[in-house]
Amino acid sequence: MREELLSIIEKNSRIDVKELAVILGVTEIDVINELQKLEEEGIICGYHTMINWDKLDVEKVSALIEVRVTPQRGQGFDSIAERIYKYPEVHAVYLISGGFDLLVSLEGKTLKEVSFFVSDKLSTLDTVISTSTHFILKKYKDHGTILSKKNEDTREKVSP
Amino acid sequence: MRDFLSKTVTPIKPSGIRKFFDIVSEMEDAISLGVGEPDFDTPWHIRDEGIYSLEKGRTFYTSNSGLLPLRQEICNYMKRSQNLTYDPKHEVLVTVGGSEAIDIGLRAVLDPGDEVLIPQPSYVSYEPCTILAGGKPVIIDLKAEHDFRLTPQELEDAITEKTKVLILPFPNNPTGAIMEKEDLEAIIPVIEKHDLLVMSDEIYSELTYKGKHVSIASLPGMQERTLLINGFSKAYAMTGWRLGYVCGPQAILEQMTKIHQFAIMCAPTTSQYAAVEAMKNGDDDVAMMRQAYNERRRFLLHTFREMNLPCFEPYGAFYVFPCIKEFQMSSEEFATRLLREEKVAVVPGTAFGDSGEGFLRISYAYSLENLKLALGRIADFVERLRKEQGK
Repeated sequence: MREELLSIIEKNSRIDVKELAVILGVTEIDVINELQKLEEEGIICGYHTMINWDKLDVEKVSALIEVRVTPQRGQGFDSIAERIYKYPEVHAVYLISGGFDLLVSLEGKTLKEVSFFVSDKLSTLDTVISTSTHFILKKYKDHGTILSKKNEDTREKVSP
Repeated sequence: MRDFLSKTVTPIKPSGIRKFFDIVSEMEDAISLGVGEPDFDTPWHIRDEGIYSLEKGRTFYTSNSGLLPLRQEICNYMKRSQNLTYDPKHEVLVTVGGSEAIDIGLRAVLDPGDEVLIPQPSYVSYEPCTILAGGKPVIIDLKAEHDFRLTPQELEDAITEKTKVLILPFPNNPTGAIMEKEDLEAIIPVIEKHDLLVMSDEIYSELTYKGKHVSIASLPGMQERTLLINGFSKAYAMTGWRLGYVCGPQAILEQMTKIHQFAIMCAPTTSQYAAVEAMKNGDDDVAMMRQAYNERRRFLLHTFREMNLPCFEPYGAFYVFPCIKEFQMSSEEFATRLLREEKVAVVPGTAFGDSGEGFLRISYAYSLENLKLALGRIADFVERLRKEQGK
């Protein structure tokens, strides 16, 4: 049940325990216990809400920043990654293969704020060799969800 | 002017579904649970393969039997899912949906007066196709107390010296019933004793929720007397692509291929290319959809039980078949009132045969949100009826 439970709440974390029990064919106690275990084991790390900020008048700028760094002896990329991910405006940090080392996802209120973060905080770190900032112009799909499209049922209403 | 109409076709009743469809389409804001096809889109990699084939200009007829690579994939699938060995060159025919296979299969084997056993409730085409092929439909009424499975006794009782074909429609539309291995083993002696051909319509074979589907063709002695019909519509959410297939004895397939080549030529080429991709790389999609259906199935069963509506547990397809006999009205009356008063469309059991009287087919090819909304309305309706009737 573990994987099925996770696949359901990954898409809908607000589903209640009673309903989860019904659709998984187990008792509510089972669901509660399993959720608790998953939280304790750090498999469930949070319950977030997916928001399309573009639909609000709130100014928000997102950017993906490619960062090349010099790995440090004995620590590899971990300590530099930590220095970067501790900034609250940093949404995600990935170590990746290819032409650069870290991919940093950043959210700021304004273009200026993001630029300032890159030039003042990120680039000045000793181990950072170079950065390349890509501003996100439009999000089509995020977290497996298509943002702009409405799902319409185009099937015939009754069929054999 | 003469009466141009055929004396065979005119008496055939149009599908009972159609009648209901007309009422539903009048109502803009009705929630429908009446659909007999998946709510998922065809997985993108399959659609992409179809598009690619068009870009490549693969827009010509295929061989009558279908693309050889597709027939090969079908044989591979039969091997891995049922341990059945078919020869892709002689024992597989790609058809325009499973429904074409039903039609031409019956036409290839029936002579005037031959009787065809049709367990009901079941899909709407077996009876008219039998009549059009010159055969005589003999209905076996399946019983709720047997979970709508076919028993050896029911089979034996329906057989005469004219019986030639048994149609085996499991997993079943509209009841959701399945025939497990033991159920099949129980009827095989009767089939062999009376030397019957089995037309096994296994279009819902990938959608079972209690162990893996077992095809009757995979049981000893049965492959040589079974036409195994399947297709892409239900497993891969490809209804509109119109693609099915039949596996069976070469002698029958040869005759079917004749009808197919004159009437149809070949199944749609684009669909065939897409289907190769479906069979090669579609297992994960099927598993994902099966899991979603199963969650909805459990939800519906639970909710009907909370309403105190008797409903046997269906282990196949995407339908539940609750019983509404306590209200002393016909399925059609119930469904019509439910539609008018609560704007929820369900299909009366009688659309699938007289033995569907007292039952409703509820499809769960809908999102859980949709089902919750609709079931809430059904619960209100049931409660109101019970009050009305002083219960």
